[in-house]
Amino acid sequence: MAEEVLVFGAWGSPFSRRVEMALKLKGIEYKFIEEDLTNKSPSLLKYNPVHKKIPVLVHNGKPVAESLVILEYIDETWKDHPILPKDPYERANARFWAKFIDEKCLSAIFKACWGACWGEEKEHEKAEIEHEKAVKEVSELLQFLENELKEKRYFGGETVGLLDIAANTIGYWLGVFEEASGVELLTREKFPKLCNWANEFVCVTAIKENLPPRDKLIAYFRNRFGAGNASK
Amino acid sequence: MAEDSVKLLGYWVSPYSLKVKWALKLKGIQYQYVEEDLKNKSPMLLQYNPVYKKIPVLVHDDKPLAESLIILEYIDEVWKQNPLLPIDPYERAKARFWAKFADDKCVPALVAAFSKKGEEQERAVKEARENLKILESGLEGKRFFGGETIGFVDIAAGWIGCWAQMTGEIIGIKLIDAETMPLLDSWFQDFLEIPLIKECMPPQDELLEHCKELHTKF
Repeated sequence: MAEEVLVFGAWGSPFSRRVEMALKLKGIEYKFIEEDLTNKSPSLLKYNPVHKKIPVLVHNGKPVAESLVILEYIDETWKDHPILPKDPYERANARFWAKFIDEKCLSAIFKACWGACWGEEKEHEKAEIEHEKAVKEVSELLQFLENELKEKRYFGGETVGLLDIAANTIGYWLGVFEEASGVELLTREKFPKLCNWANEFVCVTAIKENLPPRDKLIAYFRNRFGAGNASK
Repeated sequence: MAEDSVKLLGYWVSPYSLKVKWALKLKGIQYQYVEEDLKNKSPMLLQYNPVYKKIPVLVHDDKPLAESLIILEYIDEVWKQNPLLPIDPYERAKARFWAKFADDKCVPALVAAFSKKGEEQERAVKEARENLKILESGLEGKRFFGGETIGFVDIAAGWIGCWAQMTGEIIGIKLIDAETMPLLDSWFQDFLEIPLIKECMPPQDELLEHCKELHTKF
């Protein structure tokens, strides 16, 4: 059956990379369309009129938006190499932590790396206190993930699952933010399991092939957000 | 299934615990309800939801679950009668999309319209109306998001009609306009008329009093 799968995304976005990782894991062929986010294509605006954002998956002309919604759609449409477990409680658990990563972790990480550097100049002391608070918050959030990993190789168990894919921001992009901003967050001494997981994660073929070049990404973030929040 | 195997920790005015009540009622699931005092959260709540420390929490066979939309999906997967989500993956994706849109875009705008003043409130009202209009497009002309009967999005977002109306009364600005959002307006009315939906709602006068009191704090 002729099938057309399009992915509208951006090279540096962890969200569109998630979609590509899932498709790659399941061996699904697709066409990738790189969007210039400063000049969005008419196709993107047509396929995602509500949010006008990437990623969008278009399957035989039908668009799906929002990366976690797309991951679930992919899993339900192509049954090989399932990324969600069968047990309803385990599924709920994976969804919970994926949502946690998106809603709590990312903004906290950004704040810790670049928070006080945005906007107006702040007094150094005040910026320092805010920075410490932000770093502490990230630490608490990462601790939850460290505990959730337990003795598993991946969040999904023996193979990568939806939560591992959703955690690509932690597994790869976090390291990039750290290097770009000079702020250390995911230390081996505090988070040995999470660090081990990150190392394993980026080695999985379907994941590795979908990671944007590190140097290019670091340069991009440095350029966009400045040299970062590291103690001066 | 025994009543004590399913427990719901909630709060009487919270629409989030209301959604879970609706889902449990729709599927005929017996459960024990525990009312939480949000100013004095129980050790049980803090133990069951250490990440957010919020209600609702569903506890099934001693296993806790948090986040209302995740709880709804869980309920749908464990108890198959009266399904909330459709079977087709594309329709399911649409349902998840709209439930998320309602929570992420409609609700914060409503909350801002309720709690802000002056220009900020004007902006929030405009945004709320725009987002509600967008939500209306998700109905695709159907009576309910679930079609002829209620489904996932109806349960996830149907409460917004009542709260938006109440907010409009309190702030003196109409948020749901039957002229500009006729389908949404009908949907909210039809949804709130459904017996099982009505039965679980907190008493309207008490809810209004509670919201009015909350409003004085802003």
